[in-house]
Amino acid sequence: MRGDVAVIGVGMTKFDEHWNKQLRDLFVEAALEALDDARVDLKDVKAMFIGNMGSGMWVEQEHLGPLLADYLGIPGVPSLKVESACASSGMAFRLGFMSVAAGLHDIVLVGGVEKMSDVTTGESTHHLATAADREWEAFYGVTFPGLFALIARRHMKQYGTTREQLAKVAVKNHKHGSYNPKAQYQRAISIDDVLNSPLVADPLRLLDSSPISDGAAAVIIARSDIARRFTDTPVYVLGSGTATDTIALHDRDDITILRSVVLAAKEAYSMAKVEPEDVNLAEVHDCFTIAEILAYEDLGFVKKGEGGRLIDEGMTELGGKIPVNPSGGLKAKGHPVGATGIAQVVEVTLQLRNEAGKRQVSNAEIGLTHNIGGSGASCVVHILGRSRR
Amino acid sequence: MSNMSVPKAPRIWQLAERRYRLVGSKCLKCGRLFVGLRKVCPQCKSTEFEYVELSRRGKIYSYTVIRAPPMEREKYGPYIMAIVELDDGCRLTAEIVDCSSEEIDIGTEVEATFRKIGEESESGIIYYACKFRPVVKGV
Repeated sequence: MRGDVAVIGVGMTKFDEHWNKQLRDLFVEAALEALDDARVDLKDVKAMFIGNMGSGMWVEQEHLGPLLADYLGIPGVPSLKVESACASSGMAFRLGFMSVAAGLHDIVLVGGVEKMSDVTTGESTHHLATAADREWEAFYGVTFPGLFALIARRHMKQYGTTREQLAKVAVKNHKHGSYNPKAQYQRAISIDDVLNSPLVADPLRLLDSSPISDGAAAVIIARSDIARRFTDTPVYVLGSGTATDTIALHDRDDITILRSVVLAAKEAYSMAKVEPEDVNLAEVHDCFTIAEILAYEDLGFVKKGEGGRLIDEGMTELGGKIPVNPSGGLKAKGHPVGATGIAQVVEVTLQLRNEAGKRQVSNAEIGLTHNIGGSGASCVVHILGRSRR
Repeated sequence: MSNMSVPKAPRIWQLAERRYRLVGSKCLKCGRLFVGLRKVCPQCKSTEFEYVELSRRGKIYSYTVIRAPPMEREKYGPYIMAIVELDDGCRLTAEIVDCSSEEIDIGTEVEATFRKIGEESESGIIYYACKFRPVVKGV
């Protein structure tokens, strides 16, 4: 499986509040850009997998598989919606990878899309909380920021992680986002900005949180042995891993560890035959600042509890030892939940093709994507490489 | 505003006993306790369970103040939510009431209290379940 599948084209809309575009418009825009980038004709797309968390709730439209194939002009092509909360399109990428690696299809379009801004913030908060345990968590009033706040408070208690360290994650990602023309927020912020922003769920504040966004992303993947017919710079899928954990945070022995991440990373590293220290850059799921600290630890970049030190030392900034979220991450680039996993693959692909402009990580050979659903009840990790190895 | 995802009466009634009496599941093989009813133990895979009333006292394991509530609870905010570790070892998610967030911390002792959670609509049914409040010493 390792190296058998390559990313041959990428596309994405700007992540933003797109008041004048519909979910289907956003998807088609990203898909056409990916097809153009891959120099693949529509008629050569053999299947589609679409990550989306909650179109049934946000825009009252389900059955996205056929809808989006139809609007992309290829009705007839097999097309499936994949749902795993905020990890939906990372999981769609996994399914696309499996279908190509299994020999079922030679060219596949994998996309992700979410349209969130058509409803009030309270409605979005409600819809997002359906990814928690509806009966035993969300019913009582806990929200997604609330669940990550519960994790943050335990992490601070158990390891001495500070409020300032959390703020530094947002500061770093906003700085990176200022170099990304497709980011929702392209402006730098200061630690004081974060610490003075309104509380959302103590101790997390507005500027610890990723925004509500609209957007779509798409990639074209193909069997590696035909990839060079389309592009001089295929990016290979070296490793893929996915796992689950208890749906409710309270059922986990230690809520500061996202076990799904540990398990998914183990599978991906093992398939790719790489170690955490071999990774040159990572796009991780910083839905809240604490989530990026957890990612450093659960992906094995540092030991459990030392994530705060990594941000203090600047190791994860552009120019650091392992730049994390050069795109701006979910925090600054935006987080249309169902599109995030594919947007991460788009960024890592651009980085490995040396096409990331002002945010380019130098000498990037191996990149990692980390996409989690809910409070970590699902996780999908991919490792991509410039060479097939 | 759409109200489509708010729980409906039949669903609430299915869960009423578990919520009103804090009924959980005890795995007869490994002893692990869970809120609600389970048929397979995620820890030891046993299918032997008994349904028990959970302890009504415990300690705060972690807590937060929800200042941006979901639509169905907008009029209640801000409010405190916590993971409570009950004296029998079971953990659950609950609202902490009858105090301010400055009066509690990780480790604060709390006890269950039967309260209103919300309502379906002005004419619809009212949801009830357990919230927790700090234990008042010497009472």
